Amino acid sequence: MSGQTLFDKLWDAHVIVTREDGESLIWVDRHFLQEGSHHAFRAMAARDRGVAEPGLSFAIADHYVPTTGRPRIADPVKAGMVTGLAENSARHGIAVIGMEHPDQGIVHVVGPELGLTLPGLVIVCGDSHTSTHGAFGCFALGIGASEVAHVLMSQTIWQKKPANMRISVEGRLGAHVSAKDLALHLLGVIGVAGARGHVLEFAGEGVRALSMEGRMTLCNMASEMGARAGMVAPDDVTFDWVRGRRHAPEAAALAAAVADWRGLASDPDAVFDRELRIDGAAVAPTVTWGISPEDVLPIGGVVPGPDGLEAGRAAHVAAALEYMGLAAGQALAHVAIDGVFIGSCTNARIEDLRAAAAVLRGRRSLVPGLVSPGSSRVKRMAEAEGLDRVFIDAGLVFGDAGCSMCVGMNGDVGRAGERFASTTNRNFRGRQGVGVRTHLMSPAMVAAAAVTGRLTDVRALCDG
Amino acid sequence: MCGRFVMDKVKTLSAVACPLDLDNIDTDQLIAARFMSRPRAAGYGGYLLHDRRFDADGAPLGFVLDDPAYAGARILVTGRNFGVGSSRESAVYALWDYGIRCVVAPGFADIFAANAVKNGLLTAQVDEAVAAALRGLLQAAPGTRMTVDLETRSIICGDVKTGFSIDPVRRMQLLNGWDDLDMTLQHAVTITAFRDRHRAAQPWAFVD
Repeated sequence: MSGQTLFDKLWDAHVIVTREDGESLIWVDRHFLQEGSHHAFRAMAARDRGVAEPGLSFAIADHYVPTTGRPRIADPVKAGMVTGLAENSARHGIAVIGMEHPDQGIVHVVGPELGLTLPGLVIVCGDSHTSTHGAFGCFALGIGASEVAHVLMSQTIWQKKPANMRISVEGRLGAHVSAKDLALHLLGVIGVAGARGHVLEFAGEGVRALSMEGRMTLCNMASEMGARAGMVAPDDVTFDWVRGRRHAPEAAALAAAVADWRGLASDPDAVFDRELRIDGAAVAPTVTWGISPEDVLPIGGVVPGPDGLEAGRAAHVAAALEYMGLAAGQALAHVAIDGVFIGSCTNARIEDLRAAAAVLRGRRSLVPGLVSPGSSRVKRMAEAEGLDRVFIDAGLVFGDAGCSMCVGMNGDVGRAGERFASTTNRNFRGRQGVGVRTHLMSPAMVAAAAVTGRLTDVRALCDG
Repeated sequence: MCGRFVMDKVKTLSAVACPLDLDNIDTDQLIAARFMSRPRAAGYGGYLLHDRRFDADGAPLGFVLDDPAYAGARILVTGRNFGVGSSRESAVYALWDYGIRCVVAPGFADIFAANAVKNGLLTAQVDEAVAAALRGLLQAAPGTRMTVDLETRSIICGDVKTGFSIDPVRRMQLLNGWDDLDMTLQHAVTITAFRDRHRAAQPWAFVD
């Protein structure tokens, strides 16, 4: 019998019961809530039931909170979303990290910071980027409102076991090439449906060499790859990051936990349903040009056209060119931008802000832009390091923590026709505002674009 | 209403079908983020694909869904990767409240498909060529009715007869009506026993 994958081991450790039809009831170790949970609380009220395990759910305000002018929220509807989360959660005994709490931030940044995210856990949240937590060796999946309500009422979720897929990155990424470039590159290889029905394990030297921040960025975008979840096997990098966090085990308990966590790695003879190997050293700084996260090119590329493509792809490319205001054959490095955004659960941890600041230090941004740290803690760290001054001196706004312009629910949106270089995860039509054009890229690449006012290879700015 | 745990039973559906000749219709398009703070009670149907259908002043853009020839459509036939992106169940609410009961596509995002079944929305997967043929037929003869039979997993539309696939568990859930939570609560004793075992084996998995 062949060995088990990392995911197999987590799955087996959390199956409560498996039905004859193959669906399994899975125990949920951590449940994160955000303001969008109002549908789920209403569904629970309709059932006249309470929360099964209030101590394992954590409510964090991130989607609707403002990035400037706190604590005031000008729009009463948005204010109601933030207070509604707090009221619904408090009523059921769930801990609330509201807008003015010192731990506040994006749920996928805060969970790990507080040590609530630990290796080997099953984590759910009504947000597709819950996959971020997989960086710690968790089975972390995004769910809809009905499932959120089910988790609240039972601390469990029904799932059919997904298949196993492994992407091995042989060789390390090059200088100024980050986990974001790797994620975008992979999207170009496998597409937005490339990992559908699978849990993705990211492995190989190129992944092992990533920091926890980088691993979180990579697992975050497993969501864009269509995966049920993304995972990286926990190792010493993970354990060092977790040690000392508020809710992490300590002393003998930590030693016992680490011994357990070391056993989570996929067995050498584990069999994956699908395997992909790529060369990490061959990944260039990568940006999106279209309206799907799979519409990617290395920064040295030229915008594609629909000619010669099969009908469906040709129609997509033509629609993307029209929406993005680009022409086939145009060099990406000649595309001028109107603004920048550095933030989101993909790329707003301290390492991301450092990478952007390293490019911006002593330089001016030619376009306006917003930097929104991933959490209040990241914000304080950035201020302690003087990164806030770098951004402000470059002409950017250094705001408060939240989802902000990644999804625009708090009102941080661009105007129709504006083109943004953005560290976020989705370049969908209208994602950053009606008619707004989004180019996804790494924090360093966004900083480079800010400095030149156009899409730019950061390597040309930083080398030589 | 929202998050209904008891679904309407679905066996067959016969209705006007509307072709959406687009790949990658993401959930941000299905319902834009700015509408998601609204209560469900007022209905989400007006928000479905809003920014594809209306300009900034609310004037119609001539999107296919608003073509009178497809009035009363309860079935959509689309391109690849329907429902990608955000996990927002509101995307399903918008489809449902608009009147859509079935989406036919060459592929659905995982979370979208899970959300759909919880609300009684049928996701019927067909080959790309079949989806293209159905869309072509509906474009050539707008207003054509389509019959989707979940028991036999078959679609009849004009002279096209084809099968479709759907996860067998989801098919049974739609056919029989289903209550996830009632099913779960039957295992209450097992859940409690699991919890105690899990806590003993992995105490760090619990927060004190």
